[in-house]
Amino acid sequence: MTTDILGVIATYGITLLLAWPLSRYIVKVFRGERTWSDFMAPLERLFFKISGINPKEEMNWKDHMKALLTINLVWFVYAFFALMFQDKLPLNPDGNPGQSADLAFNTAISFVVNCNLQHYSGETGVTYFTQLFVLAFLQFVSAATGIAALVVVFKAMKEKTTTKLGNFWDIFLKTITRILLPLSIVIALIFIFNGMPASFAGKDTVVTMQGDTVNVSRGPVAGFVAIKHLGTNGGGFFGANSAHPLENPNYVTWMTEMVAQVVLPIAMVFALGLFIQKRKFANVIFGIMTIGMICLLIPSMQQEMAGNPAIAKMGIHQLTGAMEGKEVRFGAAATGYWSTVTTIISTGSVCGWHDSTMPMTGLMQLLGMMLNCLYGGCGVGILNYYIYIIIAVFISGLMVGRTPEFMGHKLEAREVKIAAIITLLSPFLILAGTALSSYVLTHHPDVNWAVKPTAWLNNPGYHGFSEMLYEYTSANANNGSGFEGLGDGNVFWNVSTGFVLILGRFLPIIGPVAIAGLMASKKYIPESAGTLRTDSLTFGAMTFAVIVILTALSYFPALALGPIAEYFSM
Amino acid sequence: MKKYLLPSIKLTLILVVLLGGIYPLFLAGVAKMAPGGGDGVKVMRNGKVVGYENIAQKFSDDKYFQPRPSTVDYNAAGSGGSNKSAGNPDYLKTVQERIDTFLVHNPDVKKSDIPAELVTASASGLDPHLTPEAAYVQIPRVAKHRGIAADRLKQLVDANTKPAVLGVLGVATVNVLKLNIALDELK
Repeated sequence: MTTDILGVIATYGITLLLAWPLSRYIVKVFRGERTWSDFMAPLERLFFKISGINPKEEMNWKDHMKALLTINLVWFVYAFFALMFQDKLPLNPDGNPGQSADLAFNTAISFVVNCNLQHYSGETGVTYFTQLFVLAFLQFVSAATGIAALVVVFKAMKEKTTTKLGNFWDIFLKTITRILLPLSIVIALIFIFNGMPASFAGKDTVVTMQGDTVNVSRGPVAGFVAIKHLGTNGGGFFGANSAHPLENPNYVTWMTEMVAQVVLPIAMVFALGLFIQKRKFANVIFGIMTIGMICLLIPSMQQEMAGNPAIAKMGIHQLTGAMEGKEVRFGAAATGYWSTVTTIISTGSVCGWHDSTMPMTGLMQLLGMMLNCLYGGCGVGILNYYIYIIIAVFISGLMVGRTPEFMGHKLEAREVKIAAIITLLSPFLILAGTALSSYVLTHHPDVNWAVKPTAWLNNPGYHGFSEMLYEYTSANANNGSGFEGLGDGNVFWNVSTGFVLILGRFLPIIGPVAIAGLMASKKYIPESAGTLRTDSLTFGAMTFAVIVILTALSYFPALALGPIAEYFSM
Repeated sequence: MKKYLLPSIKLTLILVVLLGGIYPLFLAGVAKMAPGGGDGVKVMRNGKVVGYENIAQKFSDDKYFQPRPSTVDYNAAGSGGSNKSAGNPDYLKTVQERIDTFLVHNPDVKKSDIPAELVTASASGLDPHLTPEAAYVQIPRVAKHRGIAADRLKQLVDANTKPAVLGVLGVATVNVLKLNIALDELK
């Protein structure tokens, strides 16, 4: 079984090798330096001209947020109505119906916020029109939104004193035309030549070798799967997501999808160091994030490769590991690796079902989403880490009895309050949501929803509780994976997770941008011997401690009721 | 916010056309040169389509190699797994039934030699592959029902085994549909 571990190591290695040159290119794009992709410039100018946008107009952080929120609102309205009336729109060869209002609400928000929770199945719940013109479109622009917000923070950290932080439209459009679109095309071509469907042909009917008549769903899969991963979106074209043999046909496509989803989050960390010219600062962050990932990864892979202890008791030797809900062409090691990566970086695609993984692996998946900053999603991962840095600077300042400073600016009450609110928001949304669903389940089990609360849970006991906890954790982290046994296709889950999605997306974007914007407008204080160094290993360890302590305090009780109790009862 | 509304709408429309229209159309055009022409790779036999290379089919007859259990009955109109948790008692009962059924059809196999993937459902319900071990373990049964020597079947499985990438990355797999077609052609 060593080859499957080698496959994982090689995949991570390739990711790092590609992330470094990519980060240099990203920095050039956002600094406005000459690059090979300058041939896109006339097209960008044309787009701006038609839209009536002046891309040279400098914006402060509030203007950035206004522009960002306005265009996100436009996308939501567009997506909501397109999904509801998709049955009346073209490109529906399989004759799929329109979505109900609550499902369209959830789906639209879920794709606008880069989550892709998917309370429908790709084969039956959407049409080719909505897959392409709504969902794949949103996968591009939601990723670009996250990166655009992060670049504002980059600019704010770099400047001494300024309120001019570039132009939102300029950063946003260049993210698409210079980074996401060209890379997606390359990735999609690899998929296509490995047999992934890419045409507009509808379901096929086949008579099998033994005479059964079956259908085979197809469609324009390859382009969708490329941006699904590159943009850390994660929403599958088919119900089975990247476990589906047409959405992930072999080990080469597995490696490609895996590299595609991690490469931008890692490249953005390197780009941070290059952009603000503090490479050591970014390297320490990268180191801490990687250590965090390994802490979650090793138990996951070990547990999945060891197999299900309950099946071992039946006398079966699980040489290939715990294979329930996994595919042979990936195996247990690769699926364990994927489950960690997809939860730490908020992709939420799966190549094997998380509901069927071992309790300890489930715990690691939940932790990955609760932290949500180990590399993290496109752009937003570093924004989440930024909040932890602010808290760590504040606590360190208190410990040494000095006014805390970060990047040459004083950190004062207003910024710390914002950081504290953002930190408390996640546990509030996750725990309140889980409490609400647990209450409904126990006190109103027979409400007449599409799926009655008694039928929500696919598994009894502690694991059933974990299914609900997972759903809200995934919604808050804008992750999109699930313990998919949960019967979430009804108005309760569609609406409640819909609101968690909105709050869990936009507040953690606005918070860090506001902090960075406020700090950048303050007087610049040159570094002195008394300045707390934020690029040291000590400070890295301090940030790591802050992350661990805050997470443990917030979530230990809930985790103890779910995966931890399940582990000890196996 | 009003200032940004009109530019937002216009830019959205342009990007919908570029990303939702032109991008997939370009890829569909290129895919015409790829295996399967972008429609999925089909498997032909005697000039007739008998399935898709990467979609598992049901083989319930004992004289064929059988794929992994499926929760969607091998119908790729949909896809999905059981989503059962590791310790779910109902699930474990299902696994026990699969073990018992396997032993009835394969009396020469010891229980401890049954590979886990043959008694657990795949993630997609359409897993087209087996590990070589899961194919080997079915050889005595197939050999008996076809009257073909086990050695020859082992050669056949090996010939249909796709090794790990470059021989060192990932896992070796056997495509069940292709293996069964090769099996029928042995005579």
